[in-house]
Amino acid sequence: MKADPLGVLTGAHYLDGDFAAGEGAMAAGCRFVAGYPITPSTEVVERMSRRFPMMGGTFIQMEDEMASMAAVIGAAFTGTKSMTVTSGPGFSLMMENLGLAVMMETPCVLVNVQRGGPSTGLPTMTGQSDMMQARWGSHGDYEIIAMSPKSPQESFDLMIDAFNLSEIYRVPVLFMMDECVGHMTEKVIIPEPDEIDIVPRKLTDKKPGEFWPYEVNNGELVPEFARAGDGYRFHTTGLTHDYRGYPDMTVEGQWKLVTRLMDKINKNVDDIIRFEEEETDGADVVVLSYGITSRVARLAIEKAREKGVKVGVIRLIVVWPFPEKQIREMAKKIKGFVVPEINMGQVVLEVERCAAGNCTTTSVPHPGGGVHDPETIVEAIVGAAK
Amino acid sequence: MSAQAEAPTIDMDNVQPEDHPIAPFIRMDRMPHIWCPTCGIGTVVKCYAAAMEKLDLDPKTIAIVSGIGCTGRVAGYMNYDAFHTTHGRAIAFATGLKMARTELNVTLFSGDGDLSGIGGNHFIHAARRNMDLLVVLVNNFTYAMTGGQNAPTTPLKAISSTMPFGNFDQPFNLPHLAASCGASYVARWTSLHIRRMTKTFEEAMQRKGFRFIEVIAPCSTLYARRNKLGTGLNLMQFYHDNSEIRHGEDTRNVDIGFQEKIICGKFVDEPEKTTYHENMHTHYEQVLGDKYVPMPPEGGWRDE
Amino acid sequence: MSRKEIRITGFGGQGVVLCGHIIGHAYSIDAGHEATMIQSFGPEARGSACSTSLVLDESEVLYPYLQDLHILLAMSQDGYEQSKDLLNAKGVVVHESDLVVPDLKKGQKGYGIPSTRIAEEIGRVIVQNIVMLGFFAAVTLLVTKELWESAVMDSVPAGTEELNMKAFQAGWDHFEENYGDGTPKKETVETAF
Ligand SMILES: Cc1ncc(C[n+]2csc(CCOP(=O)(O)OP(=O)(O)O)c2C)c(N)n1
Ligand code: SF4
Ligand SMILES: [Mg+2]
Repeated sequence: MKADPLGVLTGAHYLDGDFAAGEGAMAAGCRFVAGYPITPSTEVVERMSRRFPMMGGTFIQMEDEMASMAAVIGAAFTGTKSMTVTSGPGFSLMMENLGLAVMMETPCVLVNVQRGGPSTGLPTMTGQSDMMQARWGSHGDYEIIAMSPKSPQESFDLMIDAFNLSEIYRVPVLFMMDECVGHMTEKVIIPEPDEIDIVPRKLTDKKPGEFWPYEVNNGELVPEFARAGDGYRFHTTGLTHDYRGYPDMTVEGQWKLVTRLMDKINKNVDDIIRFEEEETDGADVVVLSYGITSRVARLAIEKAREKGVKVGVIRLIVVWPFPEKQIREMAKKIKGFVVPEINMGQVVLEVERCAAGNCTTTSVPHPGGGVHDPETIVEAIVGAAK
Repeated sequence: MSAQAEAPTIDMDNVQPEDHPIAPFIRMDRMPHIWCPTCGIGTVVKCYAAAMEKLDLDPKTIAIVSGIGCTGRVAGYMNYDAFHTTHGRAIAFATGLKMARTELNVTLFSGDGDLSGIGGNHFIHAARRNMDLLVVLVNNFTYAMTGGQNAPTTPLKAISSTMPFGNFDQPFNLPHLAASCGASYVARWTSLHIRRMTKTFEEAMQRKGFRFIEVIAPCSTLYARRNKLGTGLNLMQFYHDNSEIRHGEDTRNVDIGFQEKIICGKFVDEPEKTTYHENMHTHYEQVLGDKYVPMPPEGGWRDE
Repeated sequence: MSRKEIRITGFGGQGVVLCGHIIGHAYSIDAGHEATMIQSFGPEARGSACSTSLVLDESEVLYPYLQDLHILLAMSQDGYEQSKDLLNAKGVVVHESDLVVPDLKKGQKGYGIPSTRIAEEIGRVIVQNIVMLGFFAAVTLLVTKELWESAVMDSVPAGTEELNMKAFQAGWDHFEENYGDGTPKKETVETAF
């Protein structure tokens, strides 16, 4: 399906990352947003609340982030593409209902424009320190999709991907921006509506009475969807449930459900992962980064190459699920990974796990508030090449 | 004799659960339910189903939302699109559901702890907005599901598992809370008031805005036992002897003391009061005119 | 060097951010290069001083914050004071000459315009920032005059285009009448980069 022209602001714009993410959501067909103000993410909803009434969209400012996330799940069950937007403290408050979204298999998008933490931390300054929270933040075992744009343009483009992936896998997608990208203004090209591919909700064609909300066809992992209000009278719950959506609080029931929830992501990793790879063949050192850090890292990579180091690049676009297979293979061929992040070492743990001792892994930490001094990354690269 | 012979006879030996007049409104495949004998929650479900039988609404247009708790299980037994959500967030969830498909008639069932404790913030804000939701709160004066801890509704002096020496924490007067925040319809019954409660459900389903119905109901297993109040049946007797119907009563006067008088009735009924949605539409029509594109009543989705 | 750094400072209400927005728009969308603008948030964004920074480059801007400031556009003394130490030794100051008295270091250049007064003469003090921008455009000649004009047209509110074009032209003219041989030249700021 192609994008609804009402939501697409075709043309060249000079936009910040927050606005671009909002435009991406509207182009992707998002028509319900619930949110609670928090720097540095609020511009996303400010933009959308201004444009929504002209395209059949509804924004509601809820009383807190728990309410926002809950409302998004409710709205998503009407078939309406739905999203919420927040930053660190609000992200923490959303965790319980993020789990509900996972459990109910709710297509929706949660934007986190990351700032420095813990607690109130650095409200107006950048960070990437919620990456492990994105991976593990809600209790219980589950798999999630999280992506991280490096620019306003990518905030637009990737947001469409985020909505589409959430539809395909019936899973909340975490859109992990950083304040730097959110508050950075650059050229953003928005294509024509008929150049934007939209994945519609996978509705069941079964009749009411024949449909069960979590029944999967043989060999499939993602159930078909029925909208609330279409007459299916389905039941859904955050409790461990069977194919009927009825509570099934048994060890077998738990095995079955949790396995499927994880499998639908894990068995489709090749479809979901997105990363850029450059000059990794023959490289001694590979720098792995994401978001704004991938741009700063590139500056360091150029400098290191001038010093004669053979450096390859991996830029994660989707961070979770992690390209485990690729990193495992690469680790066997290189001397070391260098992983700069605006946190004290999060995704680097995953790199280290996948490298499995086959090469070194060097974290280049930064506690947040700014981006790396490229020299610190150069040093790490040179060190890893030895 | 002959007149009596013509009356419909029920073959008591062969009657099936499915033959019950309210069976179409209940997920009979989930019976028996989890509630204890003489618990009051089932009565509330029965009354709501009876109201639905009378109203004969298109079942498509009904959605049920619950939070977590014994009462939170109601959604699981109602034969409609039904959502068993997280503790305290039922109103927030229902708000999103309603906003994204305004043609839905959304009813919530949840406990006193769920709606007024952990979910209290959503409660007051939904009432303030006059959000178009029917909220049925089963008040058993305790957090039952977790074992009978103190709730924001536990009457002073009553014993709970976390107030073993009696409660000193001032409880809410819930009808007053709802009314003062802006609810357009506020009523209270006990689970003894079957016919009145059913009528109230019927009426409230046909009203709009934030409609709040509190039902005082026995938690026989925990609250009643711990406070030595007997079984659910004894509590029914108590409701019979101690409830007083005062329609239109000022909600300031309806707080509940331990084993004291329970004022029941319809306290607020403002059918004309505009809802959040109406206010939103009127406002956008005024300020945006032709540029305003409202979300269609069936929701903001497109299939092609 | 292809990387160019600009900071714009002033007080709230002077249109600092719009000014930066038009520069970025002109350089990236109109001229086809890259321009990254970062507004100053953080504690410094509170109070009277307000600033925004741009990094211009031929390809993707890799480091979005200032490293070596080339041009400082100052519309208030406070703003100037806060940012002057960032300016490189050969940097250029473009300033509101009635409001800012720059203390230029040896090697730095300054270009002033009474943009508020000129805007008043045009009839609306609110276009002060566009007068300043016209002047800045002539001083820096980062893109051609036509591209500057198209960026202004794209960025100002509908219905105010004519007024804003007049303001832009007034700023441009001020440079021609008061500096050099009257024609804007790239060399004016080239030494700063
Ligand atoms: C976030 C969270 N905190 C605590 C709980 C545990 N919990 C489950 S039900 C419940 C109390 C429910 O009380 P109430 O809403 O009055 O319902 P009742 O069981 O009395 O009908 C609590 C505290 C939970 N499920 N989630
Ligand atoms: S514990 Fe109390 S409230 Fe829960 S089902 Fe039993 S009697 Fe009812
Ligand atoms: Mg209770």
